[in-house]
Amino acid sequence: MNSTGQAAMPKKKNLLPKLAMAGPVSLWMILFVTIPLLYIIVISFMSRGVFGDVAYKPTLESYQTILDPTYFQVILKSLKAAGITTLLCILIGYPFAYIIARKPKDVAAKMITLLMIPFWTNSLMRLNAWLLLFQTSGPVNNFLMHTGLVSKPISFIYTDSLVMVGLITNMLPFAVLPLYSTIEKLERSLLEASADLGANARTTFMKITLPITFPGIFSAIILVFIPSLGIYTVTDMLGGGKVLYIGNIIKNQFGSIRNWPLGAALSVLLILVTMLLIFIYTRFAKIEDMEVV
Amino acid sequence: MKNPIITLEGVVKRFGNNVVVKNMNLEIGQGEFLTLLGPSGCGKTTTLRMIAGFEEASEGIIKVEGERVEDKEPFQRNVNTVFQNYALFPHMTVFNNIAYGLTIKKVPKAEINERVTEMLKMVQMEPYAKRKPDELSGGQKQRVAIARALVNRPKVLLLDEPLGALDLKLRKQMQIELKRLQKKLGITFIYVTHDQEEALTMSDRIAIMHDGVLEQLGSPTEIYEYPKTKFVAGFIGESNIFDGKVTAVDGNLLTVETEAGSLQVCGEGFAVGEEMHVSIRPEYLEASTSPVVGFSLEGKIKDFIYQGSVVKTAIDLTNGMEVKYSRFEQDQTVSEGQKVYVSWKPEKAVAIKKFEQGAV
Amino acid sequence: MALTRREKKEKRINILSNIYAFLVYAVLYIPVAVMMAFSFNNQRYNYYWNGFTTQWYAKLFSNSALISSLWYSIIIAILSTIISVCIGTIGALGLKKYEFKGKKAINNMLYIPIIVPEIVLAVALLIIFMKVGLSLGMGSILIGHCTFCIPYAVVTIKGRISGDNDTLEEASMDLGANRIQTFLRVTLPTIFPGVMSAAFLSFTLSFDDVVMSNMLSGARQSTLPVLILSMNKSGITPDVNALTTIMVLVIVTAMILNSIIQRSLKKKKG
Repeated sequence: MNSTGQAAMPKKKNLLPKLAMAGPVSLWMILFVTIPLLYIIVISFMSRGVFGDVAYKPTLESYQTILDPTYFQVILKSLKAAGITTLLCILIGYPFAYIIARKPKDVAAKMITLLMIPFWTNSLMRLNAWLLLFQTSGPVNNFLMHTGLVSKPISFIYTDSLVMVGLITNMLPFAVLPLYSTIEKLERSLLEASADLGANARTTFMKITLPITFPGIFSAIILVFIPSLGIYTVTDMLGGGKVLYIGNIIKNQFGSIRNWPLGAALSVLLILVTMLLIFIYTRFAKIEDMEVV
Repeated sequence: MKNPIITLEGVVKRFGNNVVVKNMNLEIGQGEFLTLLGPSGCGKTTTLRMIAGFEEASEGIIKVEGERVEDKEPFQRNVNTVFQNYALFPHMTVFNNIAYGLTIKKVPKAEINERVTEMLKMVQMEPYAKRKPDELSGGQKQRVAIARALVNRPKVLLLDEPLGALDLKLRKQMQIELKRLQKKLGITFIYVTHDQEEALTMSDRIAIMHDGVLEQLGSPTEIYEYPKTKFVAGFIGESNIFDGKVTAVDGNLLTVETEAGSLQVCGEGFAVGEEMHVSIRPEYLEASTSPVVGFSLEGKIKDFIYQGSVVKTAIDLTNGMEVKYSRFEQDQTVSEGQKVYVSWKPEKAVAIKKFEQGAV
Repeated sequence: MALTRREKKEKRINILSNIYAFLVYAVLYIPVAVMMAFSFNNQRYNYYWNGFTTQWYAKLFSNSALISSLWYSIIIAILSTIISVCIGTIGALGLKKYEFKGKKAINNMLYIPIIVPEIVLAVALLIIFMKVGLSLGMGSILIGHCTFCIPYAVVTIKGRISGDNDTLEEASMDLGANRIQTFLRVTLPTIFPGVMSAAFLSFTLSFDDVVMSNMLSGARQSTLPVLILSMNKSGITPDVNALTTIMVLVIVTAMILNSIIQRSLKKKKG
């Protein structure tokens, strides 16, 4: 039919704006996210060459190395540290987010800005500040010595605890922001209805507030746990080379040690952990609803 | 029609497997006020959007002033649209919103000033020229949207439920203003609405759409008095519709057998044994205590609802069908719960052919 | 007027929660305060407090490694912001407006750089750059930064594209504007706040980035964060504290000025 042919023409014309708009971002993501990540999976199954290069001989060696106790210890330690960081960030962040969410809108906006300002300071310099504060002859030890609480300086630095302080203070906003946005959406009338129906504050919290804000909690878990698991700057700055997490091990494989397949295998492990958490998340919430910014 | 300004020939619109507009044929005249009326999802807005150029017809021909426009982009067509939610540019003042089309066309500044001011005056929005859209009320936004379209002096103005967001009182007022404006300017208006009252009061002709099909095209009186399809009869005003089969033809008087009993209606072109519908308005229904010749519809009066001078009620027929019945308040022949015989003057009822798709 | 028991309780809870919030803020601001304080420390390396001096604020300008890495970081941040915001703005509109095969996959891909640990992406990019023989330098860092800035830009801008956007574009085309005129006169102005916050976010992310830059910078020139990381072993000198202090003050001043301007603009309008 003549009219069908006529109508088919403009379809092609509309391809251009579509391609021009969605094309660049799609191409970028494919070239610089998908292909590199697929390639790293391939590398993880290759052998290490004699000069620290990649020999394209398939092997499971890197994955066996991961299971080696020395490396496996590091992985467990990283998981534990990331877990504790996440737990503490949520325990500290939830009440904090709740307090902000219950303030009037303009006050809440100011409090959120106040939360973000420290993060405009270079993150390494903020970490370094903890070191300055707690170093052997630093202000904290000086104070303790002066007041006579201790007789000789405590070595706070280069310990797991200080690394933890660094992790928590660096990650806290990533817990507070998603928590705040879900709690803020929680309608007061729901809590009043619960009270009206005879629930006390505690029951209302457990039965209403917590379940409704759960997607926010899980967003917080993802946004704190996964980065903490891969971070190496905090351990580098505050661990002084004594505290090593997965991130440090990976970085070292691409630096001084030069074992790319092992680094790749550890990266694949991080990807798997991430995918697992995201998979669980998507069971009960949409990824688009995650408050990432 | 001689020199129609808009012509649709065999227009079809599919979204995937979903056919939203089915074989639409329509001619719209110069200076006509035509309303596309129908329930939501009937394809009326899609039809309008195809004329504007926002959607492409999957099949068929669309002409503006005799010239085919299927391949033309919206900005190449000499029609303008008033959108449902006004679609005023939030970052521009009222003045700049109205001036937009002229600015794009690089009309000289002095002329823009003059034409925009004239429009502002016409829609009585002069004092608000410097305001932003979010500082206006719904009715004011509406006036700006109309002015913004009309300043371009389009051949045809398309209006997509333009009064839908306004409250009842304002809507009534704007209906009158719009109609007055259209008459004064002599521009063709194609108006989309689901509000039948609005359609009946404003239009020169109404096109009733249902499930993508143009069911009936006609003047408000034609549509109201002589619905051609069962859907139109049920959609416009209140109606009782019986499905039945013709059992006897005597001149133009038909006797029809329905599930509820037999009845009579005037109609031409029907044969004995033909399946058809009969539509009767509640105000033409009669309820009497004794049987009426030609009718065997029995029922029981349900509760009354007083609406000023009119009393509305329903009658449950013996087969379970409920018919709407209204009468004047002072007319107290029947009472609640009473057994009655339902009838009407056969010429007051409308005989409707069983509808076949694409018949119109 | 005497308070009821309930009002007293509410007041007590209010005070307690304010104290709690204050403590959290204190923990977050302590490192910033300490960092600033040690920029005035009269010592070559920051081992302990050795008296007040402002010498580092003068001396930092003669630290050529520090200044050149600062400029390098600023240039990279500006370029990544421009690239990311352009691709991100157009991409956000395209992904919102059009339906196409694989759109869902692209949408999911955008979340990878946001969620997956940065080290993984950095390592993956490094391997692929080595494979194709791209030499490390400003180009590789830019690609790395844009790879995580673009998704943030897309997500930020997509959130600001209102449901009316399609209708506004249609209205513009209906009034005779072609696609490019429509984009410049209607679409861009309406999403401008989103574009601005995407730009701000991209700049911050790029400027503060360590992991990607460290992996992809090569030997020639370091960005400021990479330089600081490498200084960590030998000790960070107070002039870096001075520089960071200046940067914080510049950003905060800019923010305050911005909000004052915004407020006065609003007042004028009202």
